[in-house]
Parts: sequence; structure tokens; C-alpha cells
Amino acid sequence: MPGDLDCDAVIVGSGPGGSTVADVLTAAGWSVIVLEKGRNHLVSLEAPFDPSGDLSNDEIKFSRRHFLGPDPFLEPRTYRRSEADGERLITGEVNNLPSTVGGGGFHADGKLPRLREEDFHLLSFRGGIDGAAVADWPVQYDDLEPHYAIVERLIGVAGDADANPFAAWRSGPYPMPPGPDMFGAILTSEAAAARGLHPYRAPTGVNSVPYDDRPACNNCGYCGGFGCPIHAKGDPISSLRRALRTGRCEVRPDAYVTEIMLDGGRRRATGVRYLDVAARNALREVRAAHVVLAAGAFETPRLLLRSEVGNSSNLVGRNLMYHFQTFTVGIFPFSLHGERGRSVTHLHDDFMVPDEHALAAAHAAGLPWIRGGTVEHGGGGTPLMESMTYPSGPQHNVSMRDSAIRDRLFAFTMQAEDLPQPSNRVDLDPSIVDAWGFAAGRVTYRPHAHELVASDHYAPLLEAVMQDAGAEFAFSTTSPPQGDLDLHDISPLGIAPASRHVMGTCRMGDDPRTSVVDSASRFHDVENMICADSSVFVTSAGYNPTLTLVALAHRAACQLAAVDVLDVPNSGSIAGP
Amino acid sequence: MPAFFDEHELAIVSAAVDRLIPPNGEGAPGASRAGVADYVDTMLGAFTFDPPRIFAGGPFSGRWGGDASFERWMPLGPMEELAWRTRLEGSQGRAEREFNGPVVGWQQRYRDGLGALGNDFVDVDGDEQDRRLDRDHGFKRLLYEHACEGMYGDPVYGGNRSFMAWDSVGWVGDIQPRGYTDDEVSGRVKTEIPRAR
Repeated sequence: MPGDLDCDAVIVGSGPGGSTVADVLTAAGWSVIVLEKGRNHLVSLEAPFDPSGDLSNDEIKFSRRHFLGPDPFLEPRTYRRSEADGERLITGEVNNLPSTVGGGGFHADGKLPRLREEDFHLLSFRGGIDGAAVADWPVQYDDLEPHYAIVERLIGVAGDADANPFAAWRSGPYPMPPGPDMFGAILTSEAAAARGLHPYRAPTGVNSVPYDDRPACNNCGYCGGFGCPIHAKGDPISSLRRALRTGRCEVRPDAYVTEIMLDGGRRRATGVRYLDVAARNALREVRAAHVVLAAGAFETPRLLLRSEVGNSSNLVGRNLMYHFQTFTVGIFPFSLHGERGRSVTHLHDDFMVPDEHALAAAHAAGLPWIRGGTVEHGGGGTPLMESMTYPSGPQHNVSMRDSAIRDRLFAFTMQAEDLPQPSNRVDLDPSIVDAWGFAAGRVTYRPHAHELVASDHYAPLLEAVMQDAGAEFAFSTTSPPQGDLDLHDISPLGIAPASRHVMGTCRMGDDPRTSVVDSASRFHDVENMICADSSVFVTSAGYNPTLTLVALAHRAACQLAAVDVLDVPNSGSIAGP
Repeated sequence: MPAFFDEHELAIVSAAVDRLIPPNGEGAPGASRAGVADYVDTMLGAFTFDPPRIFAGGPFSGRWGGDASFERWMPLGPMEELAWRTRLEGSQGRAEREFNGPVVGWQQRYRDGLGALGNDFVDVDGDEQDRRLDRDHGFKRLLYEHACEGMYGDPVYGGNRSFMAWDSVGWVGDIQPRGYTDDEVSGRVKTEIPRAR
């Protein structure tokens, strides 16, 4: 390494994408520095790299006090549906994912499905839709399959390879069998199957048996939204520990990256500047041969736009996608005790493949086709969040005791395909700033008619299944909400999309005029910089994005280091606490 | 000794939150008996403790030594301290707290809100208390959110006294290290499991 460089690669962000790149590059002999804006509550950064012991099943800390960051006071985000709303409609939390060592892998309950073959060539397979930038990916499923297979083993995914008739081909089984089924999902799965649907046990990044020297999940139930106190979840502790153990990885928490530095020709990055938050925000630099952006599909474009880097296509921040969420909720006359075990144990993918009824609904709305998304069967709540959904007054205690929402509610969540639209974007807010004085990220987003038609088409079927399963009644709602804004003050989900599946703001493609990164996730404008988060997604498909973004990050890191598909062996033990 | 309020203010908070979450005739505690006023007081006075009482630590259970408790308060980073001091104390004209404009802190909102409820609040009847609470929906909402936190959060934060709110709704809280068996997850009957502490 030349003497003026601090490392071979500097990685911005320590979530599932960045930690995977650190794992691969260090195994290939590279030195890396991982910069994480948030604090470290995951793993000691001193050998033997024990878990921090900071995690606890504490609803106040995680759900009410922004323990994993970002604190919306320090880092507000803004949202508007379109320019007609003015500069912004709301300021505060918008699609926040944890800002902490481990990133979004920390709080997720770890539903980790793969995409299907056709998801990578939607334009060729189903055709374009007016008003949407539907395109084929420059990477196809067959290119990614070896990486899917490896990252399922690295994360530790429990699943049944034969259970889902819609699944893409796969080269081998899951490394673990599924964990126990939640009672409510047994009921809804039977009801769904009776209506010709094909529910299956969700592939989940939660240990069902001891794996990678981490314990099996003991079903404590504080899963989605919490950090796992026994590290039975596939949070990024494993990949970060492997990288740290090589002696070639340094993780720097409390490091707020302000700027990407380029050389005089502006075709090569020389490193990044960051503020050392724990040292009174002292300005520091890391000079590196390669730069890896893995800050997530919201913060990565924000950093690029602030640095005025990588945007010759004018597409950085554009084609922002979520999953359009349809929630079909059923209230049952008996306990479902969904607070025990994993948050979701079953999925069905039938709505990813439109049948004649779906196509008829599409045609009636003037669309060539619609696709829904994977449907999660889940339920169970915690008492503090439940209590805030009930009104104050004499009925409060009665509502809490009867617990329709915590103990007797079950929900289908359809994570539906959200078509890319260039007008949906992350940009820099013109006047709201963060605590460091940098422009806040602003979302401009409204769904395409495709999403609304698909939701309206599939919701009645989900309601019927829910009632077949034994619900006294069922109803559906969406996020973002449909209809009149005035009605939404009462929605606990808010006006902005509640989805934490954020994608597409640095889309991948072969043509530098119509994409931001190439098929190797390398920026067209900056030859030694890659993107390792869900910014690169071309379309959103209808599947939780984490496994795919990790597989793409793994592939990009292998190509960067010019190694073959690198199978990093599992290693090391994780003892308590 | 209270961390922020005086005894009279504590009594007003107790009376007010009991209108928002009143006891019922079947033994469920109201917010007052569950210790919500102590919760609010600890939160507003969080920085009178060192480390400040914002984030309780982990892990619970005592299985690797120590007590079965979260009571290991975590030091805040400088930006977390900025956020929580501003949220509680307000911006007070300090530039580093006013990057998006002045902030009225929760301490001031409580002082103003309790003042508006009146010194005689604890002595007037329930209907009058409701009328006074309804005069300021912003404060009522803040109070209600904190009442829910103080009822249903972990007792280490000062509320949910003796787990009485959890016990009244059948919530056992953290069940580590026991967890639930697979049958307790998948079975139709909700088997009752005792609290782990």
C-alpha cells in the first residue's frame, strides 16, 4: 500500500452491506476502515471482540428513545408527496433505519427471501408501464445465485428450500431448518392454502439451532425493532467479528462522513472526510485506494449529492422505491399470543405472479399488468405501543385487558412492488438541517397507479382469508395512506411511507446516461468507488431487500478484490451475555 | 426525593394522569398508583443522575453475574446528550441547540401545563379536571404518551411500580434467559408463564 494511504478500502456504513464488504475484503487480504455514523452497541472493538452486552428487552429504550439512532431531533428528515405540497409536508422521522454499528441488520426480525428470476428482467418479461422507469437489471438471478447461497450461510438463514413453489432455483438447501411456527400463522396458513394460495415457512435470519457458535433463538419475542440480547439473530456481528479477527479491519463508530474526496481529474476518489463525533466533531480524513458507500438508500444519495459526486446522470436520489404496504388486519376472539417467538413465520408469494383475475384488474385500470408482493403472516405487539393506540379515558384499562391489538390481532402485510419513478426521490432539503449543519435529506414520493390497483385487487382476498382463519372481522389499510390527507392524522403509521425497505436511489445499469452504477456496483463516474447497499436496486420486486443487497455487496466485493466467489468460512465463538 | 418536580407538582401530575388512565373497578391500577408521576419526574430530571437516566443497560437476567435488572445506566455520547438536554431543557438560546430554530423543552411544557391546570387541580372534581385537561390538547397528548410509557415501560425507568401494570394485562416482559418453548409459541392454548423476576 502506498505510504500516503490509510487502508485499501474505506467503507461508509457498517450495516449488512458494509459489514459484508469488510468480511470479503479482509479475507482477501485487504485492509479496511469502516466508518459508522452512529454509536457502537454491538461488539467490543478490542480482541476477543465480545458482544457489547448493551442490548435488553426494553421497549422504552428501543421504541421511544431512539437508542439505535438516528435521533430525529439531531437528524431530521423531511417528506412531501410532490412539489405541490411546497418544500415539505412533515419534518421528523421518515423511513429511519438504525444508525449504529450493525445498521439495519440490528433491529430487523430477519425475513430474508431471495428475489425470483423474472424480478431481474421485468421490462423484458412483462413490459413497461407508462410513467414508470421499469428496466432490466444488468445482473441476472443466475449471476447472483452463488452469492445468495454464500450469504445465506454467512448470515445464518433458517428455511425450507422445497416449501415455496414460486421460489427461484437454488444450488443447495438452507443451512438451518425453520424455527417454530407462530400459532396465528398456523391458522392463517391453513386458511390461505384452502383458498389455493401457497404459504410457506419464511426464510428467516434467526438461528433455529446453534449456528456459527451463536445460540438458537429461545423465542423471547423481542425481535423486530429490538436488538437480539443473545445474538441469535443474523445481525452483522458475525461478519464484523470475522473481519476484525483478521487484524486488517478497523471499525470507527461516531464517524460522520461529510464528504467524498476526489482527485484533480474527478474520476478517482482519494478517500473521505469525517467528523469524529466523540472528539468534539474534529474533522478527520481517511485516504484509501477504494471507497465503498454502504450508508443505505437514503443516506448514500444524500452524501453523494452533498459531495456533488457521481451524478452526471442526474439520477442520484431518483427512482426512490419502497414497498407499497397493504396491511390486512384481523381481530380474533381468542388469544394468538403472537408476542412469543419470531415476528413473522410464514409468507406467501402468489401475488408476485399475476393470474387472469389480476391481469383483468390491471387492464380495467389501463395498466398492462400488476404485481403484488410477498405477504407476511405476522402478529403480536408490545404493551407500550399498544397502549398508545387506544384513547385515554375510562375505557383505556378495559382495552388493554381485552388486548385486541397486542394479543388477538393478526396481520397480513403485503410488501408490494413499488415501480421506479424518476420524480420519486431523495434530495437535499432547502432549509432544514441536521445538528452538524448539513442539509437534511428530503423525500418526494407518491405511489404509481400500479401500486394502488394492486393493493385494491389483493386486499379483499386477504380479508377473506383472514376471516376464514377465524377473525371476527378484518379490514385493510395501506402505507402510504390512500385518499384524503385530513383523515390521516389518526393513522399511527403517519402520512409518509412507513416502510423501512428503501431502494433504488443509485440504480444499476450498463448505460452511464441512464444509471449511476454499473453491473459490478461501481460508479460510472468514479472508477474506484462502489455502492454496497440497496441504492443500486433497479426495481423493487416484492421481497424484503436485505438478502439481495447483501448478495450484491458480496458480489461487488468479490469483483473488487478480483477473487472468485469467496466462501468465507464461519469461525469464532460468541459467548454471552 | 423527586428529581424535578416539587411534591405539589407531583400530586398534580398524579391526578392528571389518573384521568387519562384511570383505575377500573376490577383491580386494574390507574396511572397514579402505577407510579407514572415518578416516571415523568425521573425522565424530566434525568440529568440529575450520573449517568443520566435515559437508556437503561443490558442484559437483563443476571445469568452472567449481577442482578436481574437493567439497572446499568449507559453514558450518553455528546450528540445524545445534546438531543436529550434540548428535548428536556429546551434550547435556551444556545446556538448548538437551535439549528432548526428554538425548542421549548418538556420541563417548560410541564411547568406551563401544570400551571394551566391550576393549583387547585387535585381538589376539583373529575369532570372539571377533564375540562381543564381538554383546554390544551398538545399538553394532554404529551402527558398521555408519557403516561403510557410510565405504565407499560420497564419498572427500571421509575413507573410500572412493582410490575402492577404488566400484571394487570398479563404481560411478563423480558423472559430471558428462559424464553418460550416451541410449544408455547405454536400451541393454541396460551400457557401462563410467570414473570422472570
